[in-house]
Amino acid sequence: MKELSLHILDLVQNSIAAEATLVELSIEEDFIKDLLTIDIVDNGKGMSKEFLQKVKDPFVTSRTTRRVGLGVPLMLAACKQCDGDLEISSELNVGTRLKAYFKHSHIDRVPLGNMVETMISLILCSTYTDYLYKHYIISKAAETFEFCFDTREVKQVLGDDIALSEPDVLNWIKDYITEGLSNIGGGV
Amino acid sequence: MKSIKELEEIRKKTLDTINIRRDRTGTRIVVGMATCGIAAGARPVLLTVMDEVKKNNLSDVAVAQTGCIGMCRLEPLVEVYRPGEDKVTYVKVTSAKALRIVNEHVMQGKIVDEYTIGAEDK
Repeated sequence: MKELSLHILDLVQNSIAAEATLVELSIEEDFIKDLLTIDIVDNGKGMSKEFLQKVKDPFVTSRTTRRVGLGVPLMLAACKQCDGDLEISSELNVGTRLKAYFKHSHIDRVPLGNMVETMISLILCSTYTDYLYKHYIISKAAETFEFCFDTREVKQVLGDDIALSEPDVLNWIKDYITEGLSNIGGGV
Repeated sequence: MKSIKELEEIRKKTLDTINIRRDRTGTRIVVGMATCGIAAGARPVLLTVMDEVKKNNLSDVAVAQTGCIGMCRLEPLVEVYRPGEDKVTYVKVTSAKALRIVNEHVMQGKIVDEYTIGAEDK
């Protein structure tokens, strides 16, 4: 994939398929440790120990249309080529956690890319799922900048009558995330 | 500076229009967004479709996404369901193609033949 945000879009859909009602996505760009971390935590139905052991295998998938699943293997390959790794832990009926590491400055690390489009696409995918997106920047001067977007807050203001997929709402979300990320200088 | 307070305004504005469209059964545009679709460029296609639908105030058109439609080599795939008509599957869709699909097929009912799966296989 050309952007890490596309991997994120793909992997969070596994959480949606696992019937998660909340997906917590944290991206941390640590310029002191030269580390980019993508952390996805969901409260979906989780995986059995047996499935978890072989989940990085491209020939393992939960889908029924075909016998290959490339979402996780592609992310693993992206991590490995940047001196990073992918850790997945899961517990049945509790949820799944996926942590991807990259050397931030690695020449082969693809850009994080357009997180705004990824979040909008995810909201369109499942308005039933709530998303908590946190983005941290730790600068070389050891300052921490943080941006946070929580669909639960948006839903609280909108009430039950208006869906997040309303065009005007999506537009607001688009502007909100764009502005928030540019304020902290994140997303490279 | 964007604030969550602006959502109050959006809420009020949207509530007035939402009741009109609730009971309509309109056109559905579905974009395939599995690993194959995303890798092939489905995300900008989905957002282009969404923007175009909003720009033209097509309030009875629903934009949705789905998993792997099954023909990964032809991704990004877009399906258009118009009420009372057969489903039309468009293949190798780009943002530019998506604009034509919305403007010609969804809005005027003219299928963009050269982008359909039938044209691809010939």
